Amino acid sequence: MAQPDENAGPLRKTPLHAEHLALGARMVPFAGYEMPVQYADGILAEHNWTRAHAGLFDVSHMGQAILQGRDHAATARALEALIPADILTLAEGRQRYSQLLAEDGGIIDDLMVTRPAGHGNDGRLLLVVNAARKEVDFAHIAARLPASVRLDVVDDRALIALQGPEAAMVMERHCPDALGLGFMEAGVLLVDDFPMQVARSGYTGEDGFEISVPALQAPVLWARLMEEPEVRAIGLGARDSLRLEAGLCLYGHDIDLTTSPIEAALAWSIQKRRRLDGGFPGAARIQRELTEGTSRIRVGLRIEGRQPAREGAEIAAAGTVIGTLTSGGYAPTLGAPVAMGYVPPAYAAPGTALEVRVRGRALPATVSALPFVPTRYHRKS
Amino acid sequence: MTSVRYTKDHEYVRLDGDVAVVGISEFAQSQLGDVVFVELPDVGKTVEKGKEAAVVESVKAASEVYAPLSGEVVEVNEELEGNPGLVNEDAEGKGWFLKLKLASAAELDDLMDADAYKAFLETLG
Repeated sequence: MAQPDENAGPLRKTPLHAEHLALGARMVPFAGYEMPVQYADGILAEHNWTRAHAGLFDVSHMGQAILQGRDHAATARALEALIPADILTLAEGRQRYSQLLAEDGGIIDDLMVTRPAGHGNDGRLLLVVNAARKEVDFAHIAARLPASVRLDVVDDRALIALQGPEAAMVMERHCPDALGLGFMEAGVLLVDDFPMQVARSGYTGEDGFEISVPALQAPVLWARLMEEPEVRAIGLGARDSLRLEAGLCLYGHDIDLTTSPIEAALAWSIQKRRRLDGGFPGAARIQRELTEGTSRIRVGLRIEGRQPAREGAEIAAAGTVIGTLTSGGYAPTLGAPVAMGYVPPAYAAPGTALEVRVRGRALPATVSALPFVPTRYHRKS
Repeated sequence: MTSVRYTKDHEYVRLDGDVAVVGISEFAQSQLGDVVFVELPDVGKTVEKGKEAAVVESVKAASEVYAPLSGEVVEVNEELEGNPGLVNEDAEGKGWFLKLKLASAAELDDLMDADAYKAFLETLG
């Protein structure tokens, strides 16, 4: 069997490294960190546990930062110069998903932006970016801020995600106020009597929470949550299969510097005022793509049979190659292979019959609406 | 006499008369994790020692399986099509991949026996 080639330099550890080892995790290099790809149960069991109960994820490798200006308008305008989301009208205690854009409209990274609520937080925005991009992102942002807005990288906090249909009942025992949050809402709440930044969001398609916790307190919070019967630790392997089923993009795979947010089917994340007024990198291209369309667009594919198709596999229609898979694998919830990739818009309608080529074999595939597995976010009506 | 031999790439071969049963070792399956698909060669195909003979897919990734010896594929484990998890449950038993009619049984001597393989695994840390 071919062995993975892991050219591991000195790897960083999250504040929960010892907890992973104690749980028998298989540790792998990921984005410069030594991270748990799976625990003793294995990826399938971890995936299914998260869909049925509550999974606990260490995502402390992700980049956290605070953007601070004199008031909300000043900070929001500084960030809006770099991303296409409407941050000016983002209410206190709300989050928005967006993308850092290059001048040509390519995606430098995707990120979550939170406007924290409460006294003392005016002019403050919280950013969470991808681990593999955080140095690039923070240098990019810092170099483009007006003098009155400051970027403070937060490297003394862990980030813990609790995801799944039983996440809320677990949180109720540790942070009753968290149940007052709706999907994409956030606040500083008491978790086991300590104030922590809690957001109701995640990367699995399930209801769930992300808790930004001081590094020193992270092992205690992790242990308390792990004591709950509904909770098991979940590694990066299942995190990937969960997000794929939820139709969510993985940076460096489904989106990168060569894709625009419109090609990536992320137009929903660009609010009306920004579409009309522009004022972000690549605005001309994005406004043109919104009215005239693109030459390719990200779609979901269901693949017939059991053979998974992976990133890089060709997508063909009637014998002609029309695109490439950017993510693909086995979807445990469906018991079938699924994939995402880019195809010309003429082939993007759900139900379109295509084929995916894997090692010389053409596997029949059908364009599928995303997500593959219905999301169960806790939206306030 | 049953003699099981192993490669450094973690395939095993178990001689059954003049036919060699080939699969991946217990260690290999534990490293791969949940197997969701096995791509097997066509019966009648000739495989060459050290070249790709099959592909095993876990949730995470596809891994090539190399032929431990040269020979002709005389049978493949069709049960793996509907139940690839057999590789995890019983890698060196019901989870076998294919049977080879060996070109040269002498090649078997190049492979590790169970004790040598065990010692080899210990060197991997």
